[in-house]
Amino acid sequence: MNIKTSIPELPKRSQREVSPDVPPRFTISKLNFYYGAKQALFDVSLEVATNHVTALIGPSGCGKSTFLRTLNRLQETLRHTRTEGEVLLDGQDIFTMDVVALRRRVGMVFQRPNPFPKSIYENVAYGLRINGWKGSLADAVEHSLRRAALWDEVKDQLHKSAYALSGGQQQRLCIARALAVDPEVLLLDEPCSALDPITTAKIEELLFQLKESCTIVIVTHNMQQAARTSDFTAFLLDGRLIEFNPTSQLFTTPADPRTEAYITGRFG
Amino acid sequence: MERHFEHELDELKQRLLWMAGLAERAVHQSVQAVLDIDRSLAEAVLSEENTINEMQIEIDERVLRLLALQQPMAIDLRFILAVSRINSDLERIGDQAVNIAQSAMRILRHPQVKPYIDLPRMSELVEIMVRDSLNALVRNDQELARSVLTRDDQVDQFRDQMFRELLTYMMENSKLVFPAFELILVTKNLERIGDHATNIAEDVIYIVAGRDVRHAVPDRR
Repeated sequence: MNIKTSIPELPKRSQREVSPDVPPRFTISKLNFYYGAKQALFDVSLEVATNHVTALIGPSGCGKSTFLRTLNRLQETLRHTRTEGEVLLDGQDIFTMDVVALRRRVGMVFQRPNPFPKSIYENVAYGLRINGWKGSLADAVEHSLRRAALWDEVKDQLHKSAYALSGGQQQRLCIARALAVDPEVLLLDEPCSALDPITTAKIEELLFQLKESCTIVIVTHNMQQAARTSDFTAFLLDGRLIEFNPTSQLFTTPADPRTEAYITGRFG
Repeated sequence: MERHFEHELDELKQRLLWMAGLAERAVHQSVQAVLDIDRSLAEAVLSEENTINEMQIEIDERVLRLLALQQPMAIDLRFILAVSRINSDLERIGDQAVNIAQSAMRILRHPQVKPYIDLPRMSELVEIMVRDSLNALVRNDQELARSVLTRDDQVDQFRDQMFRELLTYMMENSKLVFPAFELILVTKNLERIGDHATNIAEDVIYIVAGRDVRHAVPDRR
């Protein structure tokens, strides 16, 4: 009989495994945030790993969206708010940076798709134009739509209104629009909460591809989504960072009993 | 769009099959150590045990992560649960091979009890059962898996037959008690390996058809 006596080399591991030495894109130290007299974030400190997906989870009102929006200073647009602490993007203080330059580097996609009332093409081209894009607009639009896994579905109708697209397509268009200016970071605030499971799966798959070229921070109230898509997860509760760990660790052996209680559905 | 999750499932399967290759080789070498009177083969099996054990832990960790992070459903869920069980079976097969290798080293200190006639037949039957159960896993082949289940009785018959025969040798010549007893242990270990191959085949049927055919209840869902 023919029993093999030599075994081929063990196939290489490629599963989601995070190295402890990933350089941080964002370094956040003792971040406090106030809506008037009400404090929404308390001394939050964490590092967002470059080219990885970091998920923020926690019950409603725990401060995860507030935290996300401080990363591109969107919270400043609200009146009577105050931010304390330090947020460094590649070592640079974001609060002393030109805010337009910051938002070019840190793109954002919101819960509900919000395309401009323009054509599909113009939605993506818009950001490029106002940033004085010198190359071929058509090529850049195609490149962004491809990165957002939307090109094949819209290539024959680029000049139709963005509103003619389905919700999932609109959301990917918003991702393409954000990607057009080639941001280093993409912030996603519950990007799938208005989408069906199939479209959600497409967006989640997209995150895997995008993180090769982009750092992603995603807020989600869907813990399973955080588990599926992220490399690191931060659990916030009442404005405080309770636990921040590699996702595989946080969802299998959480370090804090409050994390355990939350992810097992015992509260929240 | 191919899901990232599918890559992880495929990788889990590849690593399980790699571990299976180690276990298959360990079984073959351990029996050949007895048949060929070759101590180096037995030593090779002992030195490989740790690798199999480490793979068991790695595969368990992957199973845990996939269950916790991906919320698998239907065939994906059945596959991951089955991998977890097959992982244990492979580790146990590795342990049985180690037992045989240890017996081989003791047997080799004594004169050969008798010419080996049934032992190579039994080991060939068992090794083919293991290989077919794994081929069934590779190809999702339910029929091949079912054919493994039907062979288990033949293995038991070999074990009983060799037990009776070796007992006679022991009664006739007390000097043969020690090596003959070791040979009985070898057949017992081979029989257990056949049981693990049967378990693997049952798991393949569970993956492919969603049917639980353990403990001879043919159509439990």
